[in-house]
Amino acid sequence: MDHAVGGTSHLSTKLVVNGHPQELRHDVRVTLLDALRDHLGVTSVKKGCDHGQCGACTVLVDGRRVVSCLSLTASLDGAEVVTAEGLGTPDELSDLQQAFVDRDGLQCGYCTPGQVCSAQAMLAEVAAGMPSHVTEPGALTDPDTAVELTDEEIRERMSGNLCRCGAYVNIVAAIRDTAARRAGTGAQP
Amino acid sequence: MIPPEFDYAAPGTVSEALALLAEHGDEAKVLAGGQSLLPVLRMRLNAPGIVIDISRIEEIKGITESGDAVRIGAGATYQDVLDSALVSEHLGLLHKALTEVADAQIRHRGTVCGALVHADPAGDVGAPVLALDARMVIQGPDGERTVDASDFFVDLFETAVGEDELLTAVEIPKHTGWGAHYEKFVRVSHQWAIIGIAAAVRVEGGTIAEAKVGLTNMGSTPLRATSVEQALVGKEATEDAVAEACAQVGEGTDPPSDLNGQADYRKHVAGVLTRRAVVAAAGG
Repeated sequence: MDHAVGGTSHLSTKLVVNGHPQELRHDVRVTLLDALRDHLGVTSVKKGCDHGQCGACTVLVDGRRVVSCLSLTASLDGAEVVTAEGLGTPDELSDLQQAFVDRDGLQCGYCTPGQVCSAQAMLAEVAAGMPSHVTEPGALTDPDTAVELTDEEIRERMSGNLCRCGAYVNIVAAIRDTAARRAGTGAQP
Repeated sequence: MIPPEFDYAAPGTVSEALALLAEHGDEAKVLAGGQSLLPVLRMRLNAPGIVIDISRIEEIKGITESGDAVRIGAGATYQDVLDSALVSEHLGLLHKALTEVADAQIRHRGTVCGALVHADPAGDVGAPVLALDARMVIQGPDGERTVDASDFFVDLFETAVGEDELLTAVEIPKHTGWGAHYEKFVRVSHQWAIIGIAAAVRVEGGTIAEAKVGLTNMGSTPLRATSVEQALVGKEATEDAVAEACAQVGEGTDPPSDLNGQADYRKHVAGVLTRRAVVAAAGG
């Protein structure tokens, strides 16, 4: 067993956060969200609803986007976690982060780190050919068919990230720009 | 809100998990992906003495071929199932329904078997699993037993899985070549279903030869619309031809009345959505 029963109110868990190995002792009830913010000082990760409905706390765990508020830290021993800080820095923004700035894909900014992490994983999912609810059925039967990243696809795939300022139009534009630039088709700035 | 204190165990095998369940009985809650359990703990709707985390048990993670069926292990997330070529080839209905479960983040951690045991009537997994005549593989102190999906769902949040048992897999008979559609009725895309219709049809020469229809949130458990299924057999796979059979789908159901809609409204909409689901499943 990874963790013994009895006297387990405090556990020790190893994580790699934005490339840095970390070991933390924590109460068994601590979620990944609270571990990142309160134990490790990674404050880009935001607590919105704390119920898995708003997406503000989205991070990448072993390359997949999850809501950190619904992940027990204890469950993730050995996992690799990437947050918005791990995608780029203020001096060296990632292409996606820069696109959010260029397109005004935010207003208050509270949901933005979660939006950026979610979009980063979403673009990888599209590149891997993963269909969504709105993908034409043809793409299901032929895995080699590339998913065409229409605005409808972007909106469906980003539906787990709410923006109460309503910056959705510009968020979609930022993601569309990034996808096009990465595909080398030269999107408008 | 912070949950009350609990112990935590992460067994590495099914037999270790069963030993813990035998020891702790109704004090224990099983965590697979935790996407329903964590909110439940956080809202203090349940206060287990111990959480048994089965997410590290390798032997139940697989999605494999098992004779005439596809076997989905209790550790498989929604996304694992969506990524499975076996599922998209043989279980189109389940695939369709899973694309509409919550959002991408939840689908990366939540599990199909976890949702089945949680048994929320508004969840999207029960209806397709019921419609496809799945068999539930349950392990307990006396070994393994198999329960038909039709006997699995007992009531609201209640299934045939006992306190000292674990649902280790669901086996779903292949429906290769069947048309399928899941029609989910929601106000925003990642909401729980107000209602949902899971339809699979086998069409021969433009006529429906076999039909299977499951209903989400039309009662305290997922339901099977057997009379609609029978009425659809022999009908042309067109909107006009199936309309009458589909309109009766609400008969005998007892859907909830809440802010999203009254029971009579749900019954009416179910008829419309069943027609759409069946026509879409038939390729129309």
